[in-house]
Amino acid sequence: MDYILILIAAVFVNNIVLSQFLGICPFLGVSNKVSTSIGMSGAVLFVMTFATTVTYLLHEYILAPAGLNYLRTITFILVIAALVQMVEIILKKVSPPLYQALGVFLPLITTNCAVLGVAILALGLENSSLIKAVFFAISNSIGFALALIVFASIRERLELANIPEGMKGVPINLLVAGLLSLAFLGFTALV
Amino acid sequence: MAGTITKKENFLKGVIKDNPVFVMLLGMCPALGVTSSAFNGLGMGIATLFVLLMSNIVVSLIKSQIPSKVRIPAFIIIIASFVTIVEMVLEAFIPFLYEQLGIFIPLIVVNCLILGRAEAFASKNDLLSSIVDALGMGIGFTIALTALGAVREILGSGSIFDFRFVSEDANTFILFILPPGAFIALAYLSVLFNKVSKTN
Repeated sequence: MDYILILIAAVFVNNIVLSQFLGICPFLGVSNKVSTSIGMSGAVLFVMTFATTVTYLLHEYILAPAGLNYLRTITFILVIAALVQMVEIILKKVSPPLYQALGVFLPLITTNCAVLGVAILALGLENSSLIKAVFFAISNSIGFALALIVFASIRERLELANIPEGMKGVPINLLVAGLLSLAFLGFTALV
Repeated sequence: MAGTITKKENFLKGVIKDNPVFVMLLGMCPALGVTSSAFNGLGMGIATLFVLLMSNIVVSLIKSQIPSKVRIPAFIIIIASFVTIVEMVLEAFIPFLYEQLGIFIPLIVVNCLILGRAEAFASKNDLLSSIVDALGMGIGFTIALTALGAVREILGSGSIFDFRFVSEDANTFILFILPPGAFIALAYLSVLFNKVSKTN
């Protein structure tokens, strides 16, 4: 039951992009085509799950017992940056087609605040355990993928729309994101 | 670059021409996430300004010592150190703001604005112009966040900097302090900003 709640909360109620405002940069930046947004979502799923696993273990077994909580931000960001590099190198070697699909998005992910954000938020879960933290990361990346892909589909339609001069570009995208976020607000009563 | 433009132009470019939030769309996560009131926006702006200024100073001072292959990780460590300082200072002295800003304080470290300025400006320019650049960008960011926070607070809570100007039971436009209001308010503010900056 706990896990179903985490999933629904992360995907719909507290959607990481539309209600927690993490990962806005890729959300606005790579959402002009559905195909690129699917690639980005895949890369985020990969890195977020992997990073949360490592940072959770690091926090639980090294930082917390040693009383080094204040080093959290520095260690986490370094771990994420190193992981992204490692994932990139391994993918290039092991699965060239997957590297082709995700390659360009991987370097962008280091500064995707959703990854660091989820790694930190996962530490604050109730009765947290490694499995729960990993599940939390997967749920959040599904939420990220949902928001990104829906937004990209709307933007593809917008290309054909007749938009007032002053609203073109950034403002209309923000407005669309606002309406999308309003729609997601309707899920609030679910949990 | 520093030779061709004056200090004043360098400063103003961050505040108006290349405003980080309205023009360059950097640091959008905190800009949308913490601006449910003007005070939070101002607090976040000043915290970011401090980190930006300090990391620009350090990067500019040690730029010749950093091998260019590892410059990005080196910049990230410098930034993360100052973010940790801000985190500790806020927790100790302004716990109220620390609670309000929450997860967005450690996330200053991944604010693309700071890494962007370290990479694009401080690693190529001398100390003084890096300081001016950081001040311009930081103040531009603070103004944008405070303006967005003020608009959302006025419409959403009927107050400004916690000073209420409508009665307790008045109906305010609550949408604006909820997440969708952040996107919508920023959308209209950037229309306005484009309009004003183009006519000048």
